[in-house]
Amino acid sequence: MTHRLIEGSQAIAEAAIAAGCRFFAGYPMTPFTEVLEHFARKLPQAGGTCINAESELEAVGMAWGAVATGARAATGSTGQGLSLMQESFSEMTLAGLPLVIFNMARGQGDYYQSTRGGGHGDYRHIVLAPMDIREAVQLTQLAFHLADSWRNPVLVYGDYLLAHTYESVEIAPLEFGNLPTKDWAVDGSRGGSGKSRLVTSLGMSKGVGKNVDPESHWKAVAERHKQIEATEVRVECEFTEDAELVVVAYGTPAKFVRYVVHQMREEGVPVGYVRPITLWPFPYRALADAAQGARRVAVFELNAGQMIDDVRLGVLGSAPVVAIGGISTDASGFGVGGLLDTEIIRGRIESALKGQEISA
Amino acid sequence: MSSHDFVPTNAPPSKPARKVETLKPELLLHTNHHLCPGCGEPLVLRQLLEVVEELGLAQRTIAVAGIGCYTAFSGSLDLDLVQALHGRAPSVATGTKRMLPDRLVFTLQGDGDMVNEGLQEVIHTAARGENITCVLLNNGVFGETGGHMTSTTVIGQRTKNTLEGRDASYHGHPILIGDLLAQLDGTAYAARGSVHDAAGVAGTKRMLRKAFESQLRGDGFSLVEVLTMCPTGWFVPTAEGPGYLDRVLGTVHVTGELKAGGRFVTTAELRARNQRQARQTREGGSD
Repeated sequence: MTHRLIEGSQAIAEAAIAAGCRFFAGYPMTPFTEVLEHFARKLPQAGGTCINAESELEAVGMAWGAVATGARAATGSTGQGLSLMQESFSEMTLAGLPLVIFNMARGQGDYYQSTRGGGHGDYRHIVLAPMDIREAVQLTQLAFHLADSWRNPVLVYGDYLLAHTYESVEIAPLEFGNLPTKDWAVDGSRGGSGKSRLVTSLGMSKGVGKNVDPESHWKAVAERHKQIEATEVRVECEFTEDAELVVVAYGTPAKFVRYVVHQMREEGVPVGYVRPITLWPFPYRALADAAQGARRVAVFELNAGQMIDDVRLGVLGSAPVVAIGGISTDASGFGVGGLLDTEIIRGRIESALKGQEISA
Repeated sequence: MSSHDFVPTNAPPSKPARKVETLKPELLLHTNHHLCPGCGEPLVLRQLLEVVEELGLAQRTIAVAGIGCYTAFSGSLDLDLVQALHGRAPSVATGTKRMLPDRLVFTLQGDGDMVNEGLQEVIHTAARGENITCVLLNNGVFGETGGHMTSTTVIGQRTKNTLEGRDASYHGHPILIGDLLAQLDGTAYAARGSVHDAAGVAGTKRMLRKAFESQLRGDGFSLVEVLTMCPTGWFVPTAEGPGYLDRVLGTVHVTGELKAGGRFVTTAELRARNQRQARQTREGGSD
């Protein structure tokens, strides 16, 4: 394999197919549309299927049916489209179905949607937030592995910048280790044997006697989520040991923050950064450690303030937590706003270092 | 099926009644369920399971169940089954069928599930000519919630939220889902049966068989709508369920084949044909 200069949307679709994804269903919506386009082009060549669903509700339903057969399958949209899919996300989590979801979001306003979910009941998704296309290629493949490993949906959080810029990347299948066999998937072969399978979110099982037990089922799902929290946190930290100011950012803005922090460090300014790669499970521990000895923790996110709640939970009062990001978008509301600028970010980090308020 | 001696009914029985056969379908794990007396849904499930068994498809069938009273059977059908959300079964079945195209894939849905919540999904599934069979258990009410109006509730029908009867000017008109789907190019087979009498049950079984055979040939989408009794949801005595179905639902959702062999017949045409036949029978009888 060689490196190729390709668009993020194409890289994500190709990485998914390299990971064995054989089914995709979606509905066009900016800035996600090109992900669907590339799946539509590439999946049939790989022996898979891509369906242009008539709505987001149907798209996630189709992916549900494909995943239930044990196939690797995915769907996606922007946060707006994912709002329509929430009911299924919640129920697929309770049904233990390893769905992969791509959110090419309109900025970072979908942090709560991704990490808390807009669906009903007690459920969680693993959320992976790549900062660039190279990392998106890895995390897309990891998403399918984690989904199968935990029998839990995994969401990849991207945005306009990730989907629509070009980077030189190599897309080759990655190996993440062994997975349990899918002894729960349906293939229709067990009818009449007394061992037929049931894929359900309702806590129902096949057989005689008491075959509906939602309480035990929900407890088992909660236990699974506790295990994920304990083992799947991914985070990148730099210069936090002696930082007076720790900046927290995720996704594509984190790449800008990282650049600025590197630049300032070279000039001897005591700043560091924490970049959550998994938004759930959130790296609370890493935040607590990074905040030790810091005078201030600054959160750069492109929304009115969402991840900052998790940062405060991690820091737990050991340092003041301030917002240095904010709502920022272009005229369309889909794209990249003025705040995503290294000079502006640097100015805000410098203000935070001095303890000055940032005007939104 | 074992054969039974006919019991003379013109004299008191010579011996007490006893159970001679469980009559449990092969593909049912057990016969326990919590559906109401007089419910028509188990009758349809029996026909479904018998047809799957008779076609030799038990080891290559996947069912996708919606949400309704029949969901109680998700745990007792001895078939691989995916439980879908209310209304979403046709989409879920689409994903399943696309991954495993040589399996028989059918959905099990009620009128609330298919015609209310999931109308968009079933229409697009049919329009795509998705090679699956959707089985609709149509009783004209939300049975599970206790007898509320659905999109198939007929004019004048009393439900918990149409207490004086469904009034078209206030509640709108019922949807004839069979007609809606049969007219689409992707639909290969569409039929409306009923389980309110023995002839209806036998007819329903023939329709299910034809729909599955159509799917096995790869003809495209198939629908079998079956009118089922819901005396609880209709607020009628159990024994009056079949008669109520025949008089109230059956005169609007008229039974018969709506699409087969490329030919589409509307419900209005079915009704006219049935009336013609009834007239001929009457006139023939008066000769």
